[in-house]
Amino acid sequence: MAKSSTIPFAGTKEQKEKLDAVIAKHKDMEGGLIPVLHQAQEIYGYLPIEVQQMIAEGLNIPMAEVYGVVTFYTQFSTNPKGKYKVAVCLGTACYVKGAQELVDKISQRLNIGVGECTPDGKFSLDATRCIGACGLAPVLTVNDDVYGRLTAKDIDGILDKYINE
Amino acid sequence: MVNLKINNIDVTVPEGTTILEAARLANINIPTLCYLKDVNEIGACRMCLVEIKGARALQAACVYPVAEGLEVYTNSPKVREARKVTLELILSNHERKCLTCVRNQNCELQKLSEELGVTDIRFDGENPNYGVDDLSPSIVRDNNKCILCRRCVSVCKNVQTVGAIDVMERGFISHVGCTFEKSLNEVSCVNCGQCITACPVGALKEKEDIDRVWDAIADETKHVVVQTAPAVRVSLGEEFGMPIGTRVTGKMAAALKGLGFDLVCDTDTAADFTIMEEGTELLQRIQNGGKLPLITSCSPGWVKFCEHNFPEMLDNLSSAKSPHEMFGALIKSYYAEKNNLDPKDIVVVSVMPCTAKKYEVAREELAANGCPDVDISITTRELGKMIKQAGIDFVNLPDGKFDAPFETSTGAAVIFGATGGVMEAALRTVADILTGEDLENIEYHDVRGTNGIKTAEVEVAGKKIRLAVANGLGCARYLMEQIRDGKAQYEFVEIMGCPGGCVTGGGQSIVDAKTKMSVDVKAVRAKAIYDEDKSMAIRKSHKNPVVTKIYEEYLGEPCSHKAHDLLHTHYVARDKHYN
Repeated sequence: MAKSSTIPFAGTKEQKEKLDAVIAKHKDMEGGLIPVLHQAQEIYGYLPIEVQQMIAEGLNIPMAEVYGVVTFYTQFSTNPKGKYKVAVCLGTACYVKGAQELVDKISQRLNIGVGECTPDGKFSLDATRCIGACGLAPVLTVNDDVYGRLTAKDIDGILDKYINE
Repeated sequence: MVNLKINNIDVTVPEGTTILEAARLANINIPTLCYLKDVNEIGACRMCLVEIKGARALQAACVYPVAEGLEVYTNSPKVREARKVTLELILSNHERKCLTCVRNQNCELQKLSEELGVTDIRFDGENPNYGVDDLSPSIVRDNNKCILCRRCVSVCKNVQTVGAIDVMERGFISHVGCTFEKSLNEVSCVNCGQCITACPVGALKEKEDIDRVWDAIADETKHVVVQTAPAVRVSLGEEFGMPIGTRVTGKMAAALKGLGFDLVCDTDTAADFTIMEEGTELLQRIQNGGKLPLITSCSPGWVKFCEHNFPEMLDNLSSAKSPHEMFGALIKSYYAEKNNLDPKDIVVVSVMPCTAKKYEVAREELAANGCPDVDISITTRELGKMIKQAGIDFVNLPDGKFDAPFETSTGAAVIFGATGGVMEAALRTVADILTGEDLENIEYHDVRGTNGIKTAEVEVAGKKIRLAVANGLGCARYLMEQIRDGKAQYEFVEIMGCPGGCVTGGGQSIVDAKTKMSVDVKAVRAKAIYDEDKSMAIRKSHKNPVVTKIYEEYLGEPCSHKAHDLLHTHYVARDKHYN
């Protein structure tokens, strides 16, 4: 279950101003929460408790309601994305070719769960739907780099490349 | 009016009536779980499905408005099968530990299971294992028992406008919780317990303190004093199957004796002190140009709500402690000195219609020399359990009396239990003081009744006093905003945290959703309270001889230095979202 991120929140004044403008636009609109969340995630990259509190206060709704909506939709994240966004495809082809083992191995190596980010902000781990590279299954991407036909043994080598960068 | 047929019976009901309500009028029961009249009408649980001639699918009766010529079937094979499967699916994801559940024999799910003839659990749900949130001093949440009906969420968010809880995540792991999975104790929950009385199952309950009370009674070094709030006496009987609103004052006093308390007192006596202090405070503020309106502070849920949401208006709250806290303070000072007891050896137990009182007794402002005014607060339901555990035949118990030296109370005190009661009780005293007479017309009907907000203007000795009474925190929020924004002016305001006031507090007997459809619990229990008032020999606080005596012997004048020390408190500005 989504929990508060351990990475300290570092919102800027500019980000706050942008969010305030979005909130002002949606303040009295019925169903305004979801568009505000979308744009807030664009502004901050994720929706930490600090951002959710600003939204709750801005729209005058309870924080529990904001959090309820954030956790209902998978595209909202309460954790920041890392400098390197590791995404393992869990589409059908990749899944039957053992993608879950890749997830487990990465999760173990980086000591984070799916949807989370390492405390140093370097790596985040996500499980994605089919990315359309079924011929290379199982597949993972790190930012724009694509790695295919993997086994759990390949993971250390891939991650080391970014760790040592 | 709209004419329809339900199970081929002609029914005529007003426009806007739902099929569920129309069926009840025709004495046809439709099972419900998520439906709670005026609180939660969302058609989510699908227990109330009915067949409508010409409709493609079964429809939820609780949200389907009647229409002319509608033909409804509530007992067709299709309906019975659909309801049973729905119930089985709900049960498949429910922790079925009925024997050890707080709601055993008082559970809407258990009852439906019996009524619909579920004899086997065919499906095996995911049953995620949730931790129990028991960090709040008042409320325990157990998601393993939750059926996601959302009645608690609705009452918290829409009725009380607290919004401490909502539904999180989705699918099998959807669950009720606080923001970022925090404990109720970490957020701006005000402990009112309305979620508990809304819950159809055992997912919400009070933090039980029964064992602490039994331990105190068993400890021979402790002098254990118990006191009971006004509203308890019109609900406790329900724990023993008596009709809603039965007055059981005498039986209750006798039962408390039977449980082994050393001194059995009535918080009503203390409510008379509250009136003396709060009434004097009102007069002083009016006469000396103090902060107005004066707002009552007896309801700890309301006080915490004010601290979170209107911290800039805390000076408007009366500094008078709530009645049971005043009593605790007097027991551990006046009574202790009279009887040569060390306050540390006295345990004061309050029986309250309230779960927020459990929070209140632990507030550090409400203590003297590290000794809390009140040690333990239990609910009406907990007292009912203790009486059962002790094997007392409550229904057949002869009436008993409260103990000296606090044996007398007044009609003014007992009406504290209903919304508008504190206001009326204060007016009875203030009017006598201002006119210098013993007024006979002492009933203020404008401030009675179950409306969420009541306003009135009374003229006392040529002085106009503008009054407002709010019950339920949603109404309180509205009224406070009006006052804050200068849209309404009053001299005296009473606010109770729970809709209906203490008679329907979060610690009172739980009434199921079906009964609430036809019985206005607030009004029935309030009537019992006003009947009790009428039956009292003394109906004004300042005429209570116990009160007069203790002011003469011990406290001096109301709002004297000593009275301030013992009977007054202060408040704390809190964050809007967090505890």
